[in-house]
Amino acid sequence: MSRQLLDLILGTALLPLGLVAYLVAAEGAVLRHAGRRAGSLRPWLWLAPAFVLIAGVLVYPLLKSVYLSLRNADSTAWVGFKNYRAIFTDPSLVAVLKVNALWIVIFPLAAVVLGLLTAVLLDRVRYERVAKAIITVPTAISFVAGSVMWRLIYTYNPPGTPQIGTLNAFLKAILPGFVPKAWLIDQRFNNYALIFVGVWLGTGLATLILSAAVKGISRELLEAARIDGASEWRVFRYIMFPELVPALGVVMTTSVIAAIKVFDIVYVVTGGNYNTDVIATRMYSEQFAYQNTGLACAIAVVLLLAVTPVLLANRAALRREVAQ
Amino acid sequence: MSAVAVGQSARPHGKLRSLRRVSARVSVHLVLLVICAIWLVPTLSLLASSLRPAALLLSSGWWHVFDSPSQLTVANFRQVLEGGQLGQSFVNSLAIVIPVTAVTVLLGGIAGYVFAWLPFPGERLIVVVLVALLGLPVQVTLVPVLQLFSRLHLAGHFAAAWIAYAGYTLPFAIYLMRSFFRRIPREIIEAAQVDSASAVKICLRVAMPMAAPALASLATLVFVWTWNDLLVSLVYVGSGPDVAPMPVTIANLIGSQGTGLELLAAGAVISLLLPVAVFFALQRYFVRGIVAGAVKG
Repeated sequence: MSRQLLDLILGTALLPLGLVAYLVAAEGAVLRHAGRRAGSLRPWLWLAPAFVLIAGVLVYPLLKSVYLSLRNADSTAWVGFKNYRAIFTDPSLVAVLKVNALWIVIFPLAAVVLGLLTAVLLDRVRYERVAKAIITVPTAISFVAGSVMWRLIYTYNPPGTPQIGTLNAFLKAILPGFVPKAWLIDQRFNNYALIFVGVWLGTGLATLILSAAVKGISRELLEAARIDGASEWRVFRYIMFPELVPALGVVMTTSVIAAIKVFDIVYVVTGGNYNTDVIATRMYSEQFAYQNTGLACAIAVVLLLAVTPVLLANRAALRREVAQ
Repeated sequence: MSAVAVGQSARPHGKLRSLRRVSARVSVHLVLLVICAIWLVPTLSLLASSLRPAALLLSSGWWHVFDSPSQLTVANFRQVLEGGQLGQSFVNSLAIVIPVTAVTVLLGGIAGYVFAWLPFPGERLIVVVLVALLGLPVQVTLVPVLQLFSRLHLAGHFAAAWIAYAGYTLPFAIYLMRSFFRRIPREIIEAAQVDSASAVKICLRVAMPMAAPALASLATLVFVWTWNDLLVSLVYVGSGPDVAPMPVTIANLIGSQGTGLELLAAGAVISLLLPVAVFFALQRYFVRGIVAGAVKG
């Protein structure tokens, strides 16, 4: 048997069994030794495995990253805020921030508009189930597989040769005199081309959240407004839209967070070349290509600081939506 | 205004209205049709490309697949699965994802139950910390965790992925299960306690079965997330042929010049079969989970 299969069986069967055995053993110890204090000891013993994992891969590393971000490339000397200053002054890093800013503006906007459009329109057609499945299936597709697809779409062949990329061939067919574009290399388009890959993968979630909100609006209210002669636009603007605001807040904040953290698409499609590097890909290359641990950790901390306020807004939006 | 005049002016007005109604209906279908087409084309192009011979793939676009359906071939898939790196990666992916799903669901279920039903001092503070950790960008942990795994000689092994993915997903799993367990009626838990069932039994035999739908949501979500993730595997497990999961292998193949597009397409199709099957078969659970997962960011 191959080692992988052995590991698979080991991990699938023994890890959960081991955890249950631990639970039973801990409970036995609690009952034997703790006596009346059993009730106060038990929760801690039951939570211990989860807490060890969370502390090991989240809490401790977070603190360590902050510490490392204040040290030099190989973590041998203290440099204060030098790495942070570099992020906001070094031209190549500022360029990275600008590209990420583009993601943060365009991706959420596109996801919200398309999510809203699809959620509202799908509610009015009989083929809703099929169309919704088509739009939301990318939420189950990996960014890597999605990136392979979109490389096929954006393929560029020099003018005069047959265009095998879908987008160039399509535009050539409908626009006479169209000159094929190198979508992923030409810096006029490449970041937008990448962002659209994200939109394709991410709109499904927006559609799901907003569609659930649309279904939550009272049918009687909408019908009453229509019978009173309100136009569809006014029904949307004055009755539906206000009801959708909390869900829109959730979609907006979730998309902004996704845009700040984007990694896979850029890493797979362009590798950050041709001025498409974003914070997360640059952090990766600082650490694993240039071995600059101090700067890599500082970039990661900046990423965290950028996400935090949006995350707080996201929590508030979620609370509002749940309350509604 | 006379009754006749009203009747005359009302008719053309009504016609105009119904015309506008019809054009509105048509534009609704048109917009949806265009969006659905754009959303379908990438998947179709990948599928078509994976079924075409390598030589054709480089000389004509995937839509020419309709010109001569007789040229369709499963050779690419055979080549990928027989002895290829991608076939091995498929098994590697399973060896990472299934244990991670099992452990996360079990630990998340138990911890969620504790937070809902076993009161302890400091509980509120810990919940706040967990919620804060929900959205932590994984990047901020990469370097120290990799250093830790290297020191423990776990880097490059499945165990590193098991620990990392379980740890990263647990705050969400606990959060999700806690909110579910809090909705179980108090009487049920108390009745089991009166029957003097042990605390472990109440948790595993009474509460867990009631939570089956929530556990199913959690499991489908953890499965799809972990199966699709690139960064964590890339950093902790790496590109070794006997450990690299599908996303890492595919990402590497794109980077290398030697690999044919046809193998890449076939590999990508294989990599999305399982999550897409999960999406359709367990749609209800998946959708509920992923919408709740919006909090994870």
